[in-house]
Amino acid sequence: MTQYILRRLIHSVFIIWGCATLVFILIRLIPGDPVIQMLGPEYSPEAAAALNRKLGLDQPIYIQYVKWFGSVLRGDLGGSISSGESVIGAIKSGLPKTLSLTLVSFLIATVIAVPAGILAALKRNTPVDYAVSVIAFIGVSMPSFWFGIILILLFAVRLGWLPAIGYASLTEDGVWAWFSHLLLPSLAIGAGYAAILMRFIRAGLLEVLGSDYIRTARAKGLAEQRVLVRHALRNSLIPVVTIAGIQLALLLSGAVVIEIVFSIRGLGRILVGAIFDKDYPIVQGAILLVAVIFVLANLVVDIIYTFLDPRIHYG
Amino acid sequence: MDKPLTDARPEAPGSLPDHNRLEQLEEERRATTGSRFWRRLRSERKALVGALFVAALLIVAIVGPVIAPHDPDADDFMLFESPSMDHPFGTDSFGRDLFSRIIVGARVSVTIGFAAAAVAMVIGVALGLLAGYYGGWIDTVISRCIDLLWAFPVIILTVGLVAVFGAGARNVVIAIAIAYIDDFARVVRAKVLSLREEDYTLAARAVGASDRRIMFRHILPNSAAPIIVQATFAVGLGILAESGLSFLGLGVNPTTATWGLSLNEGRDFVRQAWWISVFPGLAIVFTVLALNLFGDGLRDALDVRSVGEV
Repeated sequence: MTQYILRRLIHSVFIIWGCATLVFILIRLIPGDPVIQMLGPEYSPEAAAALNRKLGLDQPIYIQYVKWFGSVLRGDLGGSISSGESVIGAIKSGLPKTLSLTLVSFLIATVIAVPAGILAALKRNTPVDYAVSVIAFIGVSMPSFWFGIILILLFAVRLGWLPAIGYASLTEDGVWAWFSHLLLPSLAIGAGYAAILMRFIRAGLLEVLGSDYIRTARAKGLAEQRVLVRHALRNSLIPVVTIAGIQLALLLSGAVVIEIVFSIRGLGRILVGAIFDKDYPIVQGAILLVAVIFVLANLVVDIIYTFLDPRIHYG
Repeated sequence: MDKPLTDARPEAPGSLPDHNRLEQLEEERRATTGSRFWRRLRSERKALVGALFVAALLIVAIVGPVIAPHDPDADDFMLFESPSMDHPFGTDSFGRDLFSRIIVGARVSVTIGFAAAAVAMVIGVALGLLAGYYGGWIDTVISRCIDLLWAFPVIILTVGLVAVFGAGARNVVIAIAIAYIDDFARVVRAKVLSLREEDYTLAARAVGASDRRIMFRHILPNSAAPIIVQATFAVGLGILAESGLSFLGLGVNPTTATWGLSLNEGRDFVRQAWWISVFPGLAIVFTVLALNLFGDGLRDALDVRSVGEV
């Protein structure tokens, strides 16, 4: 197992290196002169030369690459063109909001999906099962930003129960203010994930319930509830971990768009704003950070998985 | 009635079959599988419902401008008119008929969804085929590139690519296609790895068939099932991605009628005109739902287990 974890670690380091390289190449693929793109049509040659120097674009490409990579390793992603703020500083201001959104949406989705998936499996081929299936199909087919708008319409505009937009700090505004601001956007992001998870749990539980060891557990006279909780559920919940890593991308991507709908100044809103301002250092930094978070989260999930599922041998 | 495989004329004992004979046998086997597939697909109710909706959508996408009751770009009406007989989906913030804009918008969404899926499919299938068939360093290089693509969440990758290359329909198609190449490559690579060891592949190799012939005449046709299912899901995902990009203002030309752009415009007027946000979103939901139902039914009919289950 140690060998597997080590191999996974090395693989992740390579992927992160690849991501950094890809992001480096990306900005150099901008058609025309990226400096002129950033400064706009009414630029002065002096300003263009200064920005060229600042971004290191006046040097040969291999030196640019070595310097960029060295800076990334030191945690220095350069400065914003429009505000002068450091890229890390800008990202730091948005990251807690995006991560809060991702985490709460993950929790909400799990809380909805686990009981629904179990119920659907236990009530197989009944109206309850069909209803869960239909909801799951709709869940994966819905754009999260549209569902967000519908939630605002319903719970903020019509019922007035929850705030429609904005973000409240956990430390300054309290737990309820923080949670109430996150509830609707998290639901919007988590719906798709909940739908997928529900189907996984249903399928997993049905498979486990038909297996020999469950028949043995029943044959030795265990109560149905004990068979379900002690034997079936434990194994059928492994998919929750398996797809958690993959689905993190979905939740993070969802957060990027949902921040626009709910006016939350997280990573996504900063990224989209930077694209419109042609503030490429911020665009580079935000994309790289999301990729790194995603790779690391998958690494953690894979490692947890090795402990959870002893049946699998990692040779 | 299905033609049984045993109808095939037996080879003379001790003789090796030639290329054409091998291919004929394989085509007969595929024809049998094909008719079994149609029977199964017809019995999949969700696939039929999905297919009917997708067919209707394609018709709307083709004849949209002809059947739209009003000019989708004409701002001839009152602003924010709520749904009525004349304007079933109401009017938008410019006084345009929303129903007509949604009908015409179908063409953009469908075209981009299909085009992005097609481009992703061609490139992804080629990469998966090469990686799975040749193995070795070719597989290592392609697989690492696929891993790299996979490390970027779709919307982040598409937003990044559109940021670099600019918005517009062509760039949106390219960005979405790049984001979904890895899905196809993974599915095809996995399939090719198993098909590479099949008897008919070994037989073709034994009679001296070239790598290209084996890949395109033997392996690729037998990988069609997972590719078709993946493509169906990819069209839906492409439509979702396009609507997301348009919603962020990074999609096609901002004056074009698209579902994502209508949603973007409606966002600022949620309190006074709910219909501007609700109806374009419903168009997206029903379209993607139909494609997912169709894909799910296809998967069951083709008995493909590995695709689209996440």
